[in-house]
Amino acid sequence: MPNVIYRDGSIRQDNWILVARPAEGESLDIPHQPALIPADLWLAGYEHFTGRDDIGVWFDSHDEPEILGGKVNELPVIAVNFPKFSDGRGYSIARLLRERFGFANELRAVGDVLLDQLQFMKRCGFDTYALRPDKDINKAARCLNFFSQGYQAATDTHVPLFRRRAS
Amino acid sequence: MYVYDDHDRQIAAERVAQFRDQTERALTGELAEEEFLPLRLQNGLYVQRLAPMLRIAVPYGMMRAEQLRRLARITRDYDKGYAHFTTRQNVQLNWPALEDVPDILAELAEVEMHANQTSGNCIRNTTTDQFSGAQSDEIADPRPYCEIIRQWSTFHPEFAFLPRKFKVAVNASEKTDRAAIQVHDIGLQLVRDESGALGFRVHVGGGLGRTPMVGPVIREFLPELDLLTYLEAVLRVYNRYGRRDNKFKARIKILVKALTPEGFAEKVEAEWAHIKDSPTRLTPEAIQRIQAYFTEPDYALLDNATELLAEQRFENRAFDQWLTHNVDTHKKPGYAIVTLTMKKTGTPPGDVTDRQLEHIADLADEFSFGEIRVTHQQNVVLADVRQDRLLELWQTIVPIGFGTANLNTLTDVICCPGGDYCALANAKSIPVAEAIQRRFDNLDYLYDLGDIDLNISGCMNACGHHHVGNIGVLGVDKKGEEFYQISLGGSSHHDASIGKILGPSFAREDMPDVVAKIIDVYVDKRTGEETFLDTYRRVGIVPFKERVYA
Repeated sequence: MPNVIYRDGSIRQDNWILVARPAEGESLDIPHQPALIPADLWLAGYEHFTGRDDIGVWFDSHDEPEILGGKVNELPVIAVNFPKFSDGRGYSIARLLRERFGFANELRAVGDVLLDQLQFMKRCGFDTYALRPDKDINKAARCLNFFSQGYQAATDTHVPLFRRRAS
Repeated sequence: MYVYDDHDRQIAAERVAQFRDQTERALTGELAEEEFLPLRLQNGLYVQRLAPMLRIAVPYGMMRAEQLRRLARITRDYDKGYAHFTTRQNVQLNWPALEDVPDILAELAEVEMHANQTSGNCIRNTTTDQFSGAQSDEIADPRPYCEIIRQWSTFHPEFAFLPRKFKVAVNASEKTDRAAIQVHDIGLQLVRDESGALGFRVHVGGGLGRTPMVGPVIREFLPELDLLTYLEAVLRVYNRYGRRDNKFKARIKILVKALTPEGFAEKVEAEWAHIKDSPTRLTPEAIQRIQAYFTEPDYALLDNATELLAEQRFENRAFDQWLTHNVDTHKKPGYAIVTLTMKKTGTPPGDVTDRQLEHIADLADEFSFGEIRVTHQQNVVLADVRQDRLLELWQTIVPIGFGTANLNTLTDVICCPGGDYCALANAKSIPVAEAIQRRFDNLDYLYDLGDIDLNISGCMNACGHHHVGNIGVLGVDKKGEEFYQISLGGSSHHDASIGKILGPSFAREDMPDVVAKIIDVYVDKRTGEETFLDTYRRVGIVPFKERVYA
């Protein structure tokens, strides 16, 4: 079982499987274990999937989280894919899911997840991270906490530094 | 000037530790080069043609004397004893060793300096008018807003991996724009509405480089408290929808053009509606707190030294010329704003030695409350000089090479480092600047020609702002040979415009002649007090083309 990093730096085993988007003409093949499926396919099969705690969804970096609207909290896990670590769209997707749609369950970063991006991900609302396997998972806790505070409000702190300074 | 508190100091220290860790992992190979690349760029560290290059941030161009002295020491201890003022009000070192950079950052942090986000696909150093706070025609001092933007953009977790670099500039004067805001990704003009409330007119999608554009206005009035939430909305729209498939189409200007300014503005407004009342909305207290750092220095109560200066001018013609060209009026009676031009022929524009940095620090201490500003024309400003000490200041700077009285003239060239230093360049730019400076070495003639912006870039990336030069020079590569293309009619001021290409490019040795012919046409055609730009706009490009290619 692969390991995932939690926002407190702990490392835990995990059994969620990321199901790739089926090719044109093929149907979704869901394994017999907790699975993350493309968000639009979950929505398309909404009647079928609703109420299941072993089905979550994932967004690619160009997907629009708006499609789920108020349904986000029906999902136990939402993952956001970073196809390339330098593709920063996933940070905005995370903040929208958390701050606009009020997603309260597990938000996971998957794909090209590297150590030096972890703290940005944490601040934007991700709480688990599937680190790229060739990276040293034992350094994650430190990389999650390079900075003890940030100037901006984000998902981790709703009070920007200028407001904290004033109080 | 802004002074760090415990929070800023802590963040700066953590940043140094983080970059030290990242550098160590890069040196051991644990971080692949492509993984280290954006990390080091976000710390201003390039790997260049001859050596690494480190770009140090100078927020809105301001520095204290102690910071200049530290820079001087760093150039001696870690580099070859000189530095370079850039067109983005930053300072570059050309030869630091990669493994020394964490130590350099630690040294900088001791004097409240850093290299954060001076490169990379993130929000860069916010720039502004170098005369801010010292002139009488500004709506409000723009520097506190620049500092507010600096803090908000520093390590912004959502916007560290944008499609491309992102530059914000703020201007406050009604009459002029020394910050070139209309050729920035976001240009903010301080304005007041009918009720007198302070806010910003927001330009988005200007920029130079491959597809130069003047940024359209997407909001006529943004109340000052909404500054950060609105910026956040613009950046979020850009981060999500800016093109990432093609580096050359990734700037926000391409998105604004594709959506039309109205379409883009609608998207921003829709996004902003969700976040405008979030905790990121500024408070009057937060603005006042930052404003308190930019209060006036301890000015003496003086009268204008009109008679004294008239006498000194009469006795010394060179001083008279310097006063006319390099000294501006000040909002306070008895004071003046002085620009030291770093444009002595034979010295690459913007280059300073360690000793010169120390000289500037001494000048700041002696004549201008210990502070200076760097300009995007690569000059240095002493913003608060007593009029009755101008002669003494001038006598001090002439021997050290800062007294060249050519501000805003043809030889006050903006010039990128070009092919001598920069790995991106297609052609050298410094020798072209020098050849033109040598050709036009008669100050009387230059003064007669009036204000002319000559801007030179060694490649399409346009660090030398050639598109907005009244005369722009662009280095191009043709089958391994260096040529230079000319454009005319650019401007970076309130009447911003992109220059028009004159025609086929020229060999380097022809450049002084070509510029001389262009100037001849202007001299022939101008009427009365017309500037070069006025004449060009009146007569068009054809007469210039006819003469140059005759």
